[in-house]
Parts: sequence; C-alpha cells; structure tokens
Amino acid sequence: MDPPSRFLHSVPTRFDSPDRLRFHHFSFPQLPLPRHDSSSAAASAVSPSSFSYSTAATSPTASPGRVSRGSFSRFSFASSLPGVGMDSMAAATSSSVPASGLTTVSVVNMPPPPGLSEKASGVGVQKSSKPLKEKTTKAERRALQDAQRAASKAEGGKAPLVSSGSVASANVKAAKPAKPSSQENDVAVAAAGPSEKDRKKDAPHPRMQYDDESRVVKAKRRAVVKQTEAKNRVELFRHLPQYEHGTQLPDLETKFSLLDPMYPAVYKVGLQYLSGDISGGNARCIAMLQAFQEVVKDYSTPPEKTLNRDLTAKISSYVSFLIECRPLSVSMGNAIRFVKNRIAQLPITLFESEAKAALQSDIQRFISEKIVAADKAIVRHAVTKIRYGDVLLTYGSPSAVEMVLLQAHELRKKFRVLVVDSLPKLEGQLLLRRLIKRGIDCTYTHINAISYITHEVTKVFLGASSVLSNGTVYSRVGTACVAMVASAFRVPVLVCCEAYKFHEREQLDSICSNELGDPNVISKVHGRGDINYLDGLTNNANLQFLNLMYDATPSDYISMIITDYGMVPPTSVPVIVREYQKEHLLV
Amino acid sequence: MWRRSASFILDERRRTSNSPPMADNNTTRAPFQNPDAISAYYQTRAAHHGVITSDWLAQAQAAVGGVSGEEYPDSSVAETGKEKTFNVIEEFNGWRKQPDLAEAVAAIRALAAVIRASEASTMMELEIELKKASDTLKSWDKTSISLTAGCDLFIRYVTRTSALEYEDFNSAKSRLLERAEKFGEISCKARKIIAMLSQDFIFDGCTILVHGLSRVVLEILKTAAQNNKLFRVLCTEGRPDGTGVLLSNELSKLDIPVKLLLDSAVAYSMDEVDMVFVGADGVVESGGIINMMGTYQIALVAHSMNKPVYVAAESYKFARLYPLDQKDMAPALRPIEFGVKIPEKVEVERSARDYTPPRYLTLLFTDLGVLSPSVVSDELIQLYL
Repeated sequence: MDPPSRFLHSVPTRFDSPDRLRFHHFSFPQLPLPRHDSSSAAASAVSPSSFSYSTAATSPTASPGRVSRGSFSRFSFASSLPGVGMDSMAAATSSSVPASGLTTVSVVNMPPPPGLSEKASGVGVQKSSKPLKEKTTKAERRALQDAQRAASKAEGGKAPLVSSGSVASANVKAAKPAKPSSQENDVAVAAAGPSEKDRKKDAPHPRMQYDDESRVVKAKRRAVVKQTEAKNRVELFRHLPQYEHGTQLPDLETKFSLLDPMYPAVYKVGLQYLSGDISGGNARCIAMLQAFQEVVKDYSTPPEKTLNRDLTAKISSYVSFLIECRPLSVSMGNAIRFVKNRIAQLPITLFESEAKAALQSDIQRFISEKIVAADKAIVRHAVTKIRYGDVLLTYGSPSAVEMVLLQAHELRKKFRVLVVDSLPKLEGQLLLRRLIKRGIDCTYTHINAISYITHEVTKVFLGASSVLSNGTVYSRVGTACVAMVASAFRVPVLVCCEAYKFHEREQLDSICSNELGDPNVISKVHGRGDINYLDGLTNNANLQFLNLMYDATPSDYISMIITDYGMVPPTSVPVIVREYQKEHLLV
Repeated sequence: MWRRSASFILDERRRTSNSPPMADNNTTRAPFQNPDAISAYYQTRAAHHGVITSDWLAQAQAAVGGVSGEEYPDSSVAETGKEKTFNVIEEFNGWRKQPDLAEAVAAIRALAAVIRASEASTMMELEIELKKASDTLKSWDKTSISLTAGCDLFIRYVTRTSALEYEDFNSAKSRLLERAEKFGEISCKARKIIAMLSQDFIFDGCTILVHGLSRVVLEILKTAAQNNKLFRVLCTEGRPDGTGVLLSNELSKLDIPVKLLLDSAVAYSMDEVDMVFVGADGVVESGGIINMMGTYQIALVAHSMNKPVYVAAESYKFARLYPLDQKDMAPALRPIEFGVKIPEKVEVERSARDYTPPRYLTLLFTDLGVLSPSVVSDELIQLYL
C-alpha cells in the first residue's frame, strides 16, 4: 500500500520477524516514551512510528539498511528494557491478541544471526547503542515527544508530518550527535506493494483508540479494506471507529486478485462479516476458526523459517484483515488467543505435517468442546429452570437461548415465549420464525413495549456476547434495558453464555468499549418507506446519528448466568475465568 | 399474586372447559406432583425436635448402642439396599440414632463404612459401589437437601485425589478411606468450629433473634454462655414445629435470658435486636439459604432495618441448587394443625421451608471460615470443576 509503511520490509528477508524485533534492541532510542508498561507501550508504540512514516515519505532514496536503523530508532522508545521494546513491537505486530499472548510469540528467543550484528556495526551504531539508551532521561524523552506532538498538531496533513519528522530528526541529531545514521530517518523504504509481513507488523491493537489522529492515519495507510471515515460523528464516541458503510464490498471484490497473501477462506469470512451475513458471537467465531483450519491445512513453511513464528505471523495478518471488516467480538478474541497459544506450544521437533495435523485437531476440539458441547451443557441446565406455565421473554436472537427453548419444547414443557425485538437490526424476527416453525406459542413485540408486557413475564432469558469479570454482561444493545425493566418487576433474569466468552477485563459503562454500526440505517424505518423525515439531513452538522451495537448490563440486574460449568451467580465469573485459564494452559 | 399472564389462564380455562374439568385447585402445580407428599425430612426433624431436649439427649447418649430406632415412614427404601451383605441403610440408621448427629453426617459416616467394608478390587468398582450407596441414601429422603449435598460432596471430595491412578489398589483404597474418615471427622467437628468462629460476633449486652431450632445455633449460644458473655435471646414461636418453646427450654437451662415472640411480632421487636442467627437446611449456589418457613420474612425485616443476618451452616450443606424464586425448589410439605376444623374448600400453604436470597444475608459461619454469600459458589466451582 503505502511505501512509508514498508520501511520494515527494507531489512533483508532472511531475518524473520523475531529477529527484526530483536534488532530493535540494538538500535538506539531517539525518542523513547516515558511509559514503560506493555499495554500502554502497545498503544504508544504506534504514535512515534507515525513520525517515521513521515520522514520516510520525504526521502525514499537511502539504503534499506540505513532506513531501518533510523526508523527503528523511532521505535525503540523503551530505554533499557529490551522486553518492553519487544512488547511494544509485538503489540504493534499482532492485531487482536493482548500483549501477553503476543509476547509468547515474538519473544521466542533466537540469537540474532551474525548478519544482524554486521548490520549494526555496518551502519555505525555499535554497542554504544546500549549505553546511549540509558543516557536520555525521562524528562528529555518526554520533552522530545511533546515537541513532536505539538509540531504535528500545529498543522494538519502530510506537511506537518514532514516537518515533525525533520523536527524529530533535528532533535535526534541534537540528542545523539554521535549517530551518523540519523539522517537516514528521512528515507522511505521503497517496498512494492502491501505485504503480509508489514500488515502484520502494523496491525492496530484491537481496542485501538480512534480519536488519536496519528494512529488512525497509520492504521488507514496499512489497511486492506479502504474504509472512508464518517464525517458526522458523536463526540463521546470518537474513540471508536466509524466508517461509511456500503463502500467497501465492491472495492474488496475487485481487489481480491491483488491480495496475494490473503487466504481465500479468510477473505470470504471477512466479506461475510462486512455484509452482515454472519452475525452473532458463536457463528463468527466458528466461521473464523474453520477458515483458520483451512489456512493450516494448506500451509507450508517457507524455507528458513519456523512454523511457529511464521504461521503466527500469518494468522495475525489475517486477523488484522478481519478487524478491518468488522471489529472483533470477545469470543473471536479468545479463540484467536487460543490458536496462537497452541501454535506457540507446538514442539519445535515435530514434522510439519504432524504439527499441522495437531493444530487442526486442536482447533476442531476447541469448536466441539468449547462451543458445541458447551451449548449442550447450557441447554441441559437451563431447561430445568423452565416450568409448567412459564412466560419467557427473550431479546434479539441469541443462539444459546434458542437452543434452550427448542429443547424445552421437545421435552413437552408447556410455556409461552415473548420475543422482544428492536430496530434497526430486527434480529428477533429470525428467532420468531424458527420458534414458530417448531410450534412454540410466541408473542412478538418491540422494545418500547417492555414495560407494558413485563408484568406477565415469569423469566427472562438473554444471550451475551461476553461476560466480564465484574459480572457485567456485554451484549446486544437493548439487553440492558430489558434486564433493568425485568429486575424492576422482580422477574429473574438468566443469561446463557458459554464459558469461552468470559473475559477478564472489567467494564463499567457501555461507552469505553463498543462498536458503532452504520448510522444511516437509523434514519429510515424498516418497511416504512413513507417515513422519510430525516431524508437529506444525514449530513447536517447539527444532527449526529449514533448506532451502537453493544451495551453493558450491570451485574445487579442479573439473577444467574448459565454456562457449561453450571449455573453460577454473576459474582463467580472471575473464579471461572481463573479456572478456565488454568485448564486452558494445561490442555 | 399469580405470576402467570391473564391470557394464559384464559387459554387454560378454555382448554379445561373442553375436557372434563379438574376438581381440585392443584392445576397450578405441574400435573405429576403428588400434593399429599409429606416430606420425610421434616417429619424426622419434628421427631428430632421432640428429642433434642438435653435430658433426653443425656439418656440417649448413654444408651446409643441398644436403642431401637423410631419407625420411619419410608421403610421401602431399606429393602433396596438388602441385596448387598453390607447394608448402607442399616449403617445409616445406626448412626442416625444419635440425635445429636446431623443426618448428613450420619450419611457420610455410613459411606465411609461402605468403603471400609467394600470388597471391590479395582478403583472403578469401588467408585461404582460408592455411587450406588449414595444414591440409595439420597432416595431415602428426596427432600432433604443436606443429605443430598452431603453425599455428593463426600463422593467428590473422596474421589478427587489425583494420585489415585499411580498407586496400587490397596494403598489407593486406604488413601480413600483416610480421606473419608477425615471428611467425617470434619463434619462432626463442624459445629464446634462454627461455634468458635462466631464467638467474636457476640458482644456483651447484645440481643440475638433466633428462628428455628438449629443445633448449630444452639451450640453457638451454649459456647457463648460458657464464655460468660452477657446477652439475651429472642426466639420466635416457630409454628407449626413449636421450635420456640423447645429452644427457650434449652436456653433457660443455660441461664440465658430468653423471650418468646409470636412469628408475627418479629417486625415489632426488630428494633431492639442486634443480630439475627439462623441455621440452614441447605446453602445454595447463589449464596442464599433454604431454611424453615419464616426465615425469608425475618431476613427481609432485618435487612430493611439494617440488622445483620448471620447464618450458621456446616460446609457439607453446600448444594448445587440455584432457586430463582420461592417456588423453584422441590416441594417439602408438612401437615399443619390449626387446632380448629378447616372448611373443605380452603387450601392450606403447607410448604415447610423457604428460600432466602443472598442479598439479605450478611455472613455465613461455616467450618471453612466466616464467608460472604458469594464465596459459596466459588467453593462449589472449585470442588466440582
């Protein structure tokens, strides 16, 4: 895509990614960031690099080796902590896996081949790099960074980036006069087209904050899917990505032939996400895992690379593509973490075919144990709670709840279902259709009527995209309303969620982490073409549309969570997360 | 309030009007339930309440070997155990004759004896035997939560040793036996441990409200009296079991000032109460408790007046149940006498127990320590996972 982003490609390919990462360790930090913890390092990894892009853009002529040195200098902002440096790079590398998972992959230790140290000496930076790192104090570094930030924000667009780049290089020169290669920062790497390695390197953190301009610019440059940002955005949600919908599909279809490294199965899954054909945590996760199985099946290790690292790199690039199509759900995130874990744990001594077979069977086992069998267990527990004469309310179209209702009907229990639906997705209609086909008595209504009907409801069954550690249920938007009204009427609320969707993060509100959907669908009412009051107003500066996809339901409104581990109160979610991680690692 | 929608009831009525109408009002329950089932557990408890007085206790302890037990209604189940030369029910009954011993503890001891007397030669066989014995015991009284929970926990605890696969059978069996005995010991001593733990919560000059006749709570109060704490006790009458009178009997012997209350006088007296102590028939996974009818009421009143509610329960009572509301449990009915004749068509609520949700409970005193209600689920997950 963009030459500046390919600066990393400049390093000769005999060094695979970890070595390149290792490489940073030896480079000198011009602009190390004061923050050292890996998560913020991950976030901050992206910003200094933007300067390198800018400088790269201006002078594409210098030698690749030199470029990389200089550019790397931008990256190695951690002072004397090699681990942090690697963490940040690693975090920048992988798209969806949190730092811990990444570190396993990228910090796999391999002594740098002799060529590397040659390079190091060749460019003139020797062991002096290490002691030089210690020299800059935190204050100095912070000052440098602030100067650049100020410079870049002062103007807009490319020009300031250039100037900031030169500012940066000037600062660099000032700080490290001993570094002859500082002018090499200005060089862009002239790499030909997008390559998976680069995309993998520059994949955004899955919960990247989109209100930082520089990061967004960088992300866009490297993106496969060209998404145009929406103009009219709600201020409170500027940290979430918002794109113009409907523009990417034809674009992607034409680009398919150009995207060599993209595996067709993954591409197909990405398109399905983009168009909304596959939705729902389980469905998306299974589709993605099956695509990965195909990837593994057709994978062959390139020469002079190890399967572990190369395959992980490939998976990361595919994941970044999927993120561009649609942000990851928590279920997908956990599954990806699992896959990367399994790849990393493959013994080096295995033959490629054995390793591939083991990996495929692992993925298959994940699907069958954590999703399919888990659903069966959930159904078994949940049907015991459905009694004769129950009126069950359900919202949207949760796959687990659907299975529970169908099974209860099989067991000849006498109950009634109330399906609550909401615009714009109208997912409840799908559930309604499937229930009616089986002969279950159903009532259908929209969410604005819940306070009217909840008095007749005996139990509420909800699904979840994820359950967080403080017992908060993160689910389709509208779930929180339903749970709140139910609890006001003292109706028990049961959430059915497989254990693999649990996450150890905690969320207090629906704002800090969410997904924005297409705002234009809100301006129309489905099936009522005559209601077009908002036509022509979609671009009005005074009117902003907000189409949230998820919301967070506090644990006070939840009576119990039904998982494959049994029925637990919301307070026990951290225990399950802990036990699950243990079992996960032992498996 | 009937938690059922109007439209559903109309449908029902329409349906039943087509078919011959059912005479009794028990269509509200699922058709297969027998409305006349009397819970054997509560019958036992009633019998125990009759014998719990200390004079009788002293006599019984002295004569524990040779006393022929009372007649228990479910004698049919005893026959199922007879095909084995070692009869777990007999063993169980033997242990149960000690009135001071909780039913679940008797079951645990009986199951330990099963292991001891087992002639199995492989671990699998032994586990199957254990499972069968435990099922027999559980079916003896299906409404007793602590019995079911105790048996389940015993099986999990005993068969959980991971080193079982590596040793030869005899050493594994002795390992199992060791653990079983230990579990039995812990359960027996549970009451003493709980009594010790709760001493810190009883301060001089406090007023304690007690509901129901729990042997654990009695132990707590006894220990407090022995430690020369000054406190007084309000006990609820505890209809229809009459637990109030029995308890006040016991406490007055220990020179603890006691005051009897009507069940309906709890809210009236709640402002002079400092804390509420109750026992539990079972502790459920949400952290709530199932206890004698009236506990929920008292917990509600105490909660609304900011008085702490302390539950004293042994850890073998932790059950894998999760009631969503009062009617979500297996029903346990008992006969209630009003002293006067009730007209034919009048229904009587005969449930013997209710469910108190965890938000109304402050702390649980167990032999595992002083726990908050949410810890129950953690413990269960760790054991059952």
